[in-house]
Amino acid sequence: MPGEHHFHLDVGSRFENIELVQVVLRDALQRLGVAEDARHWVDVAVREAVANAIKHGNAQDPGKQVHVDLFLEGEDVVIRIEDEGIGFDPEHLRNPLAPENLLKPNGRGIFYMRSFMDHIEYNPRPGGGTIVTLRKKVAGPTADPDSV
Amino acid sequence: MPINERKRNDVTILDLKGKITIGAAEEALRDAVHKVLGNGSTKLVLNLKEVSTIDSSGVGELVSSYTSATNRGAKIKLANLPPKINDILTITQLITVFDVYGSEDEAVASFS
Repeated sequence: MPGEHHFHLDVGSRFENIELVQVVLRDALQRLGVAEDARHWVDVAVREAVANAIKHGNAQDPGKQVHVDLFLEGEDVVIRIEDEGIGFDPEHLRNPLAPENLLKPNGRGIFYMRSFMDHIEYNPRPGGGTIVTLRKKVAGPTADPDSV
Repeated sequence: MPINERKRNDVTILDLKGKITIGAAEEALRDAVHKVLGNGSTKLVLNLKEVSTIDSSGVGELVSSYTSATNRGAKIKLANLPPKINDILTITQLITVFDVYGSEDEAVASFS
């Protein structure tokens, strides 16, 4: 659970609020000393997660919120995004690199999240909804902030 | 997202700026491309020089624009991809699908 640095934000289910999350996130990552390149890719991954929470999780219901937590755990930055939707089964994702999917207009968001973070995990949220946890090593001698 | 439309001979250039992301920006791109194709243009260059961020919805809109153009017998080419936008298209292998050029001049010249 959260260590000494912990940021928390609740936003309504509107796409405009992704920008608010981005501003807070970028500021938090900068305060934590995360390198610029790593900040960018974490930023991209979180954008996808929050967009999914708003669009697919909460179905853009203005009465439902998205909850974002960011904290350091050892050398990892951890971002947890919760929606209040009906849940989600990550087992039924199609491969966006398959030839038959290459020209489909959607289905790449989670692929990008997996590409830019070291680890992502989906869990059901108590009381309904989904929790996605994103993790990336950002400190220490083996961190690779320039990796994509 | 501000989009500027201009012509170079029979090639239409759309200058995209800022973020191509879910919501208003992806809709602006869709509307701009459909307008150009609807006006009968068959040669279109998307100039991404000043694009700072793209998300999966923005990428999806680029794919939709590409297929819409192809279905109408038109062609869309991409020019001036910033490195991070290039990375985004590379990891989903779309860089092999789009016609990508290092400069607007090269993209325009490729039509002739």
